[in-house]
Amino acid sequence: MDVWSSLMDGFATALTPMNFMYAVIGVILGTAVGVLPGLGPAMTVALLLPVTYALEPTSAFIMFAGIYYGGMYGGSTTSILLNTPGESSSVVTAIEGNKMAKAGRAAQALATAAIGSFVAGTIGTALLAVCAPIVVKFAVSLGAPSYFAIMVLALLAVTAVLGSSRLRGFASLGLGLAIGLVGMDSVTGQRRLTFGQPLLADGLDIVVVAVAIFAVGEALWVAAYLRRTPLHAIPVGQPWMGKFDWKRSWMPWLRGTAFGFPFGALPAGGAEIPTFLSYVTEKRLSKHPEEFGKGAIEGVAGPEAANNAAAAGTLTPMLALGLPTNATAAVMLAAFTSYGIQPGPQLFTSQGPLVWALIASLFIGNFLLLIINLPLAPMWAKLLQLPRPYLYAGILFFATLGAYSVNLQAFDLVILLVLGALGFMMRRFGLPVLPLILGVILGPRIEGQLRKTLQLSAGDPAGLLGEPIAVGIYVIIGLILLWPFAYKLFRRSRPVAAPAGGAAPLATEAGDAVHSNHNAVYTNHKERP
Amino acid sequence: MTSLTTGLKGRSELGVALLLGAAGVLVFLDANGLVTPYSKSDPVGPKTVPFIVAGMLEVCAVLLALNVLRGGKGEAEGGEDVDLAHPADWKTILPLAGAFILNILLIDWAGWVISGTILFWGSVLALGSRHYVRDGLISVALSLLTFYGFYLGLGIALPAGLLEGIL
Repeated sequence: MDVWSSLMDGFATALTPMNFMYAVIGVILGTAVGVLPGLGPAMTVALLLPVTYALEPTSAFIMFAGIYYGGMYGGSTTSILLNTPGESSSVVTAIEGNKMAKAGRAAQALATAAIGSFVAGTIGTALLAVCAPIVVKFAVSLGAPSYFAIMVLALLAVTAVLGSSRLRGFASLGLGLAIGLVGMDSVTGQRRLTFGQPLLADGLDIVVVAVAIFAVGEALWVAAYLRRTPLHAIPVGQPWMGKFDWKRSWMPWLRGTAFGFPFGALPAGGAEIPTFLSYVTEKRLSKHPEEFGKGAIEGVAGPEAANNAAAAGTLTPMLALGLPTNATAAVMLAAFTSYGIQPGPQLFTSQGPLVWALIASLFIGNFLLLIINLPLAPMWAKLLQLPRPYLYAGILFFATLGAYSVNLQAFDLVILLVLGALGFMMRRFGLPVLPLILGVILGPRIEGQLRKTLQLSAGDPAGLLGEPIAVGIYVIIGLILLWPFAYKLFRRSRPVAAPAGGAAPLATEAGDAVHSNHNAVYTNHKERP
Repeated sequence: MTSLTTGLKGRSELGVALLLGAAGVLVFLDANGLVTPYSKSDPVGPKTVPFIVAGMLEVCAVLLALNVLRGGKGEAEGGEDVDLAHPADWKTILPLAGAFILNILLIDWAGWVISGTILFWGSVLALGSRHYVRDGLISVALSLLTFYGFYLGLGIALPAGLLEGIL
């Protein structure tokens, strides 16, 4: 079946009145929760998971599509009006966006962000629809050795490439893998790390883990350091753009999309790098470089488009390979498994209608965002004024409710608290949370592929190198792991080049404002839930 | 002794290394305790991966301890409502955790409406709100709303507990 007719079938499913209503609810809920400070897209999806339990999978995923894009869009509203972005991917948007808002151009900043998100999201989703089946075609020919290698690559790349401290990234990954071990071993039925506790035999529910690390950890962390005088949110009216703003925005939207999608689709993608690249490019190409740092509309349009295109790109490996590369995709993948749907390249054949309905509803959700959010922006801005005690008490309340409603057992709440304390500690000591979540989700699947591989080779470790693709991926893994050492050697042998090495020229180019923010992105590595 | 204490001061991050090390030992001991006959269909067995994970945790623990002793520091995470200028406010955290634990203890016996009210009310007060009555009313309303919302909308019956028959 070709892409076009499958997609049309998807639209037919997604546009039934009931499913369309779920898309609308998803977009509104996603934006409302995403706008709230401290709540990024991944936490939004994790907190809203229980709401979808009563639905059949197709409707649930249609709602997810809305929540996903809604949460993304909500986050950019927060960063423009409050200046302290919730997600690392919105850091760059905040630089110019908040300056524009302060200069009385909040309406234009929100408008270019919303329309740019729509343009980038639509192109990104179209690319997803075209690329995913191609990736699948390639992926079905792969065997266990290659899958094992790809998953190891994704884990290591996310841990080693993003973030300032690789050591802390690996510590977080180790904890995640350990959490993933809890429960019955799928092959032999042996109980691992259950400590005789029968409730642990089925393993830790991934929803409980995600909600604990993201929501509870975050609420406790903010509570400990709550700002006594909340930041001032800039009031805003109906977003709109003049002819001149359109003229200055459309090219950055397209360029941002071109940066965002490929980076999102890579195993170590993420939206930080493309948003930053887009910012630097727009600054260099702008006819008004003097406005950068004072609120240039190109500096909002480009990065925001890159951010949304990356979000669509992320779904390519998620749907085609079952490989999540950011926190939001990880939580969505967890949702797939909780519906008994096996992620992986078979997904397109075994659950074809569902996948295409999901992709179709991404288009619909994107469109809904545009027509719902432009008029509703003033209302979203009001949400930023929500008194903080209610906000964080509410996060704890709904986190508890969500975790409890999965299995209706109080024991899950104990786990929620313990892992919430772990999440608190990780934030305190700069351990990134993304490697932990990916470790929990991918750990058991990596183990499965490893065992399958060695089973096929009758225990011979050479079986791991049994496919050329696997060998190629191990070379890439080697390069990623050895790169910092090679770099150090290179610097040592040529000390003159040292100060100008690496990303420094780029950063200087982008000016001081970005420089400090850029560093913040890489040092914190906070893929905020 | 004094040099040791000054050396340890401000190095609370060593606790993270300790935790990693302890987790590693735990994973190792647990896997070591598994009894599995060698099987041809599963040459890897259930022990291999835990051993690798345990090893990884131990290596990270040691490297992190060295890193911290050499002056390395993990950067605390910022955010919209986070102000890292003041020290951690345990007077907020502890009551908050208290409300959470109370909810765990009460939820199955007293039911969600009561325990959820306590959770939200306790949390709001812990976080510094001083509108006791208004907060109480909001808490009750939220709990009732979610109870009926989950029951009627999602078909999930949260425990009614003490209020069984009334709700």
